[in-house]
Amino acid sequence: MLRKSFISLFIALFFIPAFSSKASDIVNVYSYRQPFLVKPLFDQFTKQSGIKVNVVFAKKGMAERLAREGKYSPADILLTTDISRLIELRDKDLVQSVNSSILSRAIPKQYQAIDNTWFALTTRVRNIYSAKRLGKIALNYEDLADEKYKGRVCTRSGKHPYNVALVASMISEHGEAYTLDWLKKVKNNLARKPQGSDRGQVQAIHQKLCDISLGNSYYFGKMLKDEKQKVWADEVNINFPNQKNRGAHINISGIAMAKYAPNAQNAQALMEFLVSKPAQELYAQTNMEYPVREGVAVSKLVASWGSYNADDLALEEIAKNRTTALKLLDQAQFDL
Amino acid sequence: MIALYNTKTWTLLSYVIALVLIIPLLVMLAGGVSASAQLFLHLWQTVLPSYLENTLLLAFWVLLLALFFGVLSASIITQTNIVCKQQLRWLLLLPLSMPAYLVAYLYTDLFDYAGPVQRSLRVWFDWHSPSDYWFFDIRTLPGAALMLALVLFPYIYMLTRGAFEQQDQNLIRASRLLGLTAKQSFFKVALPLARPAIAVSASLVLMETLADFATVQYFAVNTLTTAVYDTWLGYGDLGAANALASILMLLILFVVLAEQRSRAGLRHQSARPSLKRELIQLSLGQQLLASLFCWSLVFLGFLLPIVLLIIMAVQYSDITQLSALVTTGGNSLKVSIFAATTAVLIALLLGLYQRLHADKYRKIPLQLSGIGYAVPGTVLAMAMLSTLGPLDHWLNGAVEFFGFTAPGLILSGSLFAIVFALVVRFSAIANGTIISGIKQIPQSLDYAPASLGVNLVGSLTKVHLPILTPTILMAWLLVFVEAMKELPAVLLLRPFNFETLSSQIYQLISDEMLEQGALGAILIVLFGLLPVVLLNKNKEKV
Repeated sequence: MLRKSFISLFIALFFIPAFSSKASDIVNVYSYRQPFLVKPLFDQFTKQSGIKVNVVFAKKGMAERLAREGKYSPADILLTTDISRLIELRDKDLVQSVNSSILSRAIPKQYQAIDNTWFALTTRVRNIYSAKRLGKIALNYEDLADEKYKGRVCTRSGKHPYNVALVASMISEHGEAYTLDWLKKVKNNLARKPQGSDRGQVQAIHQKLCDISLGNSYYFGKMLKDEKQKVWADEVNINFPNQKNRGAHINISGIAMAKYAPNAQNAQALMEFLVSKPAQELYAQTNMEYPVREGVAVSKLVASWGSYNADDLALEEIAKNRTTALKLLDQAQFDL
Repeated sequence: MIALYNTKTWTLLSYVIALVLIIPLLVMLAGGVSASAQLFLHLWQTVLPSYLENTLLLAFWVLLLALFFGVLSASIITQTNIVCKQQLRWLLLLPLSMPAYLVAYLYTDLFDYAGPVQRSLRVWFDWHSPSDYWFFDIRTLPGAALMLALVLFPYIYMLTRGAFEQQDQNLIRASRLLGLTAKQSFFKVALPLARPAIAVSASLVLMETLADFATVQYFAVNTLTTAVYDTWLGYGDLGAANALASILMLLILFVVLAEQRSRAGLRHQSARPSLKRELIQLSLGQQLLASLFCWSLVFLGFLLPIVLLIIMAVQYSDITQLSALVTTGGNSLKVSIFAATTAVLIALLLGLYQRLHADKYRKIPLQLSGIGYAVPGTVLAMAMLSTLGPLDHWLNGAVEFFGFTAPGLILSGSLFAIVFALVVRFSAIANGTIISGIKQIPQSLDYAPASLGVNLVGSLTKVHLPILTPTILMAWLLVFVEAMKELPAVLLLRPFNFETLSSQIYQLISDEMLEQGALGAILIVLFGLLPVVLLNKNKEKV
């Protein structure tokens, strides 16, 4: 008897989480973004609307999971940190169009899909960080290949989505042959094998292992606010590359609605909330990103880095060159 | 061996369970067939050879180091009169509680240019820049190998020590009577007798190494696991990823089977630990060396990392983190307890089947059920989705057919998927431990109950299971600890709002912010200490 009840308890506990998300005033989010980055926003949304937000954070394999789950998927909203992931979701037919005048009006044209399948929430710049000891310098991405930086460049893995997107934009600008050559030369200039995170590269500059590194803009703000990492960030200048020509490479964090969203209405409400003025301000203040909605100010800290020109290359173009970019990275044996 | 029992239900159950455990792997193999040959060619021409070389080198170095650490320390503890033996005996197990990726992060922090070690050196010697001196770089392949070996060697230590302690002392004494010195007798009798235990534990280490992702990624060492991730997440070719993972799995299976084959002809003596062991008396110098060796392992594999964690926790933690820890810690516990219980029950069923059943192929179910250990967690998680997803669809379809509301993804979207994945992955650990326990039961004990007319159930409950109790406990705890540390399966399969200690720590590490997760990391280690404490309670029994 005891054994039987133990076994049924054992079995019951397995399935509870599956059923617990079956209420009506909820919205389910699959997120590539780390929970602590988006939690304040979701909390605010719940407070306003009474809709509870369930999140599962998955950096890897979200597209596969969605595809396998098919029409029974509980996912309503997909949050990503990179344009290529959004396009991947669309290409695999895992998302649906959302026709909302609130969304299409709040977001500039180049930051939303023509077919309304994806929308950007924030933009981020791929910056070049340089050691303060170098003084003020104006750099282009192309300069990372310059021989004078031999043994002085640091970066995370070339295959990280942020770097792949940058390489894809280089292909659009210069073509494959030039980009491969560029990659080989940059690899030659590396102080060490690509490793760690964007923050780790700034740490390496602080350690004097290298002088310049690639890194997204908001990390600078985050490091300045972290007790331990502030020391690293204090050692570097943040530079906006290619200001005298095409402008700095831009990527986005974005959102899409899952094809079989069971709570589509709530999902649309959440999407519209995320581009609303208060939410965009929260993004700017807490995450140090550039809000996509016009008229929303960046945080004071971010503003102090100055304004910049952005590369106006279409985001879909970057996604299109992704596979080629990966192949070139392999050919250059960039990470080895 | 004489056929003892011939229960059909047992046979059926064993094969069904083994089959269920390998279905996800079969799905993975089948998925590999659709791999794009073009992508393979591209990889082969560019990066794959280096990945392969790194993989083999890493496996080689980890095995070598772990064997050296594990067998030597087990020998010292069991065969000599080293001081503080009772303490070292369990202290040497402690590194098992440390996730490799955590140790990797802590050591990098410590030995990096900006770390306290190099900083102090610079102050003492008045150096100013990296070019002033040479210092080893820990973020390298040898560094990764050392990190992995430091936390994996306790497997070898534990099983080898167990084998030494269970050895029939009559054999050792006989060898001494025949004129061997204590040392000769160790090398000619005791060590060869421990070979099955060493081999089993070494294969656990090998599989753990080849499936590691977090550590090698943190150290920027590109291995075959990297290639699996690249093909899947980068090129979006799950087929090619499956194919690569299959190759990796077959490679490991080949090694393990070859080892088993090579000792197939050997007969192993069962336990008779009653006689007192004769210890090798160490000289003062030897005593010092042996102590230095054992204490260094304890220090590097456990004490130093835990002290670093505690310092971080003191500096960075606040009360608010504690409440979050209760939830994540509870989740970790839940998943690990389910996985450990299931894996041990399966291991017992299949292990005893192998020992007691008349089936000519009685070894097969056990062997099949352990294969999953050789598959990287992420790939396994994918295979799990590919397996459970269609099952869920079928279930929902069936329910809807009868006019009810579809229940949703009750298999692939619940804890079931995570626990299933953990069981597939860690069954090998439970199997290895249980089977080495079973092997220590004298065969006469199989026959005795049978000859007295006691049936199978009686024999199991009155003889085998009581003898195996310490082994069962050990197997349970080992799976429990591994499940606590496991990452990819949890990352990929978890339901909504479900965070475990390991997934949280991994996320923080990937942003160089472990400090904020130091409390959680300490919690993982504390849970990992449970087995060690309990194992120690069983003193010489295990």
